[in-house]
Amino acid sequence: MEFLSAISEQSFLCYALVAGLLASIGCGIVGTYVVVRNIGYLAGGIAHAVLGGMGIAYFLGQPPIGGAIITALLAALLIGWVSMKWQQTEDSLIGALWAVGMAVGIIFISKTPGYNADLMSYLFGNILLVSKADLMLMAGLDLVILLCVGLFYKQFQAVTFDEEFARLRGVHAEFYYLLLLCLVALTVVLLIRVVGLILVIALLTLPAAIARQYFGTLFKIMCLAIIVGGALTISGLAISYQQDLPSGATIILVAGAVFFISTVVTNFLRTVIARRQ
Amino acid sequence: MTALIKIENVSFSYGGAIVLQDIQLDINQGEFLGLVGPNAGGKSTLLKLMLGLIKPSRGKVSLFGKSPKVGRARVGYCPQYTQFSRNFPITVEEVVLLGRLGKARILGRYSKHDREIALAAMRSTEVDIIKNSNITDLSGGQLQRVLIARALACEPEVLILDEPTANIDQRVEVDIFQLLKKFNEQMTIIVVSHDIGFISEYVTRVACLNRTLVCHETSELTGDSIEELYGSHINMIDHHH
Repeated sequence: MEFLSAISEQSFLCYALVAGLLASIGCGIVGTYVVVRNIGYLAGGIAHAVLGGMGIAYFLGQPPIGGAIITALLAALLIGWVSMKWQQTEDSLIGALWAVGMAVGIIFISKTPGYNADLMSYLFGNILLVSKADLMLMAGLDLVILLCVGLFYKQFQAVTFDEEFARLRGVHAEFYYLLLLCLVALTVVLLIRVVGLILVIALLTLPAAIARQYFGTLFKIMCLAIIVGGALTISGLAISYQQDLPSGATIILVAGAVFFISTVVTNFLRTVIARRQ
Repeated sequence: MTALIKIENVSFSYGGAIVLQDIQLDINQGEFLGLVGPNAGGKSTLLKLMLGLIKPSRGKVSLFGKSPKVGRARVGYCPQYTQFSRNFPITVEEVVLLGRLGKARILGRYSKHDREIALAAMRSTEVDIIKNSNITDLSGGQLQRVLIARALACEPEVLILDEPTANIDQRVEVDIFQLLKKFNEQMTIIVVSHDIGFISEYVTRVACLNRTLVCHETSELTGDSIEELYGSHINMIDHHH
């Protein structure tokens, strides 16, 4: 394979590979909660609002990724608060935050003097531009996610499964819901380099949605989702390298195709098994 | 006898409509109370008030002499299973273990002690053999037993069940009430039902709720007249308003 030999020769491909694997850890774990709790739209809102913070940081000459982390967390808390207090209008409020965040980002980036090459890579990702510092940051974000989910697995399970019962047992449901959304925010940041913030939502949900078709507990789904996510990003990367295609978009198309095939196959098998019984 | 649960002059309105009015009810230790009444008569609302999930517009609720938010730690609650998604990826054992929350340590995994209590709870409702099954694959009766096991895993002094036999066939309904009758030897039970004729064989007292509340000792009720009494009772309330 041309791709395999290229990895050993070119360090940027090696970095890209590691970035893909690091991203899979976060999106496998947090994506599982997003899928079982059906908060994909909410996660999309957080992802897009992030552009606002990146744009402002870019304008001020600060590292955009720092702006991304701050805005992602703020957006997560704001959206979480909105979805708890104004359930009826949650949908339109998330939509507003989604669009306003992006608009703010675009205006600040357009007002920044100089050449705005980075905008496209924030929107659509460029895994081939990943630096060593990016990898360290991604590993750090993974560590935070692993630690939170490892320590509060019980509470997250309780709150996502049956919030009312969790509350009756003395679990602070609001706190854990907001913490979960903050983890979604960190995962979004983790994925920005890989697929960009527009495509984040696909990589956040597809590996977990595929894994969901095969396993019936959160823990097993998370494990499989990490493996599936890793396989999808690496194969997408290989195809994009060999065919000279944009990496983020190729990864997403591979993920979409696998999800489609997996859905057809599992539904087919289910009908066959049901008929035999 | 001291009342475990005291409901004093409680009223609750929602969006201008009065759901409950001047409810007065003491529930004593060892009782098996059936809470009956028509749909939208306020049964679930009264449970939510007892559990401190909502606050009364007027009056006071206390559990074990404390506020519901404090006292509810000693209550096991078994909701209607429309409360959550049956597609959620979770096993029977994991659901029952959720009953340990609040008693289990906050960080990390459940202890061996928690698992033993959960297993004992599953044994007592006979779901220990399916503990690794996913809840998606369970029948309505099995799922109800799992939810009762989860409530038992809280090691409660009071067990509160909201329509435990809705959507379950009659044969299983009998099984579940016999199970509850057995648990009643050790704990106080409050069960919400729309079927007074059936539960009167098991409960020690019936509370009829339709915005206002009227209690009957089960001994006051005689077999055939129950349905009639229930019917005429509703009419009586209707006349008042």
